[in-house]
Amino acid sequence: MDYSLTSEQELLRKTVREFAQGEIKPKALELDRKEEFSYELTKKMGQMGFLGAVCDPKYGGQGLDYLSYIIIVEELARVDASQAATVAAHNSLGVGPIYHFGSEEQKKKYLPDLCSGKKLWSFGLTEPEAGSDAGNSKTTATLKDDHWIINGSKIFITNGASKMTGGCTVQAITGKGQDGHKEISCILVEQNTSGFTAKEMHNKLVWRASNTAELYFDNVKTPAGNLLGKKGDGFRQMLATLDSGRLGIAAMGLGGAQGAFEATLKYAKERKAFGKPIASFQANAFKLADCATEIEAARNLLYKACWMKDQKKEFKTLAAQAKLYCSEVMYRVVNHAVQIHGGYGLMEEFPVAKFYRDQKLLEIGEGTSEVQRIVISRALGCYSE
Amino acid sequence: MKIAVLLKQTPDTETKIKIKSDASGVDETDIKWIINTYDEYAVEEALRLKEAVGTGEVVIVTAGIKRAVESMRQALAMGADRGILIDTEGLTLDSYTAAVILAKVLPNEKFDIVLAGKQAVDDDCVQVAHGVATLLDWPCVWPIEHIELSGDKKSVMVVRPVSGGTKEVFEVGLPTILCCDKGEHDPRYASLPGIMKAKTKPIQELKAADLLAGETPKVKWVNFSLPPDRQAGKILKGEPEQVCAELVKLLREEAKVI
Repeated sequence: MDYSLTSEQELLRKTVREFAQGEIKPKALELDRKEEFSYELTKKMGQMGFLGAVCDPKYGGQGLDYLSYIIIVEELARVDASQAATVAAHNSLGVGPIYHFGSEEQKKKYLPDLCSGKKLWSFGLTEPEAGSDAGNSKTTATLKDDHWIINGSKIFITNGASKMTGGCTVQAITGKGQDGHKEISCILVEQNTSGFTAKEMHNKLVWRASNTAELYFDNVKTPAGNLLGKKGDGFRQMLATLDSGRLGIAAMGLGGAQGAFEATLKYAKERKAFGKPIASFQANAFKLADCATEIEAARNLLYKACWMKDQKKEFKTLAAQAKLYCSEVMYRVVNHAVQIHGGYGLMEEFPVAKFYRDQKLLEIGEGTSEVQRIVISRALGCYSE
Repeated sequence: MKIAVLLKQTPDTETKIKIKSDASGVDETDIKWIINTYDEYAVEEALRLKEAVGTGEVVIVTAGIKRAVESMRQALAMGADRGILIDTEGLTLDSYTAAVILAKVLPNEKFDIVLAGKQAVDDDCVQVAHGVATLLDWPCVWPIEHIELSGDKKSVMVVRPVSGGTKEVFEVGLPTILCCDKGEHDPRYASLPGIMKAKTKPIQELKAADLLAGETPKVKWVNFSLPPDRQAGKILKGEPEQVCAELVKLLREEAKVI
């Protein structure tokens, strides 16, 4: 058993940390306040190679192992959830499905621009009336004269409406399976296709500097060749995409918890009350001890899940556990962080306020905590008779 | 264009330095190691020179123990082509012996330009690059904030800041050793492709002991101690005339600065 990272992974962490501190941190609060997506930072992150992390170099990717990619997301989230979200969503949900399920032709056409950061790509799954209940999706795609005709809408789609978004992998009902269930397929829809509207969503509590979209499809006509993989494979593709995506959300929980914890430890050692640093009061010291312990446990769980994936072993349940645990660890850490900061913790000038807000998404996006508990308890065989 | 960068691994400038209990040196247990800050500027300038010419090689030359490879890899990930580690395991080098071993290695490689940081942020000795230049009888300019290669690529124009905001401009023939200050270009981040490529770039290893040829350090470290804690300041109160007189008296008699 060996817990050490490779020297490349160490160098990667150091580099991403320096980038996040040097380039993102000075702008993060302002972008968050103005609810502004930064094209400049996204472009820089593309130049750094963050946007095609695990993709094969022959399509312009970096060919990293999954753990290395997770370290990137963790280090970005340690400084700013919004930028981490742009990167995590693009890698897991944008590049991922095309890379894993696309035809050679589709990969060659789309991946180089997506890996270099010239364009972003989104994944259209959630609908106004279908979140956890994905089976209730209403968006349809009908094949007619070598084209899919798509109708419906999607909501809460990360990277879906930026000026650099190249398109979306849309989940749509393409018929009825033999078992009577809806047949789901994934179809690649380019951004400028007629009838396709992408609208930015604003007034968010979380991830305010990331791009979130509502997508509308009104008789959108897209070539039959834009089907991803086989007809009817959409549900399986979506589940596999989410298994990996959960590791990205877990990394955001871990990184965010780490960032909030570090800021709080520093504050608690500097801030004095009753003539002593407040870190020396056991009420605070024990909270900090709990945070450090839970972060350590979260990191080990997440890294193990990544290791399992990199070893091509079954990692689905561990991914759900890591996503659930890391996001809930961050929940507890940011709660302590704001409490220890007292009144200052309620002010946006201090970084913990943003960590406190940004945390909440992690228990909701890419499968709520409740859904993760279903995945885990199913794996335990709780519901089989 | 063949360029060498003399790179030293030093403690992070934010490290809280601790002295070993027997005062024989610095306690290295909790130290985070980095590329010497000024050497990182030298790496950036070397990469820019190579990019401006379009061809050539940037070689990282480091005298240090194996731990320093981590910093060399970082420079390779920034874009340098290969490295030469002169392994100093078991030896204590001073500026003189460090210059001796570097001066043995550099001529074999026929470098056009050798860049170094203007000083190392750990011992602040500011002597190694000058020592190498002296031993090789090469021109050396310290410190520089701007480098430009001449059209015929046979010399460089360098800008050296001197006191009072004045700048000196030199034209220097090659080969030369130039010591970089914080210049106009921030060191680039190692990109992911850079990090992936760095692991396959060669680092040649030489033994410092084989290069010393009987030379020994001219400096002996006798004892290490931390500077004394700063005393609390003094606030003078009263009428301006009295305060001024008191201040002058204290500056003269107590602080002994005027």
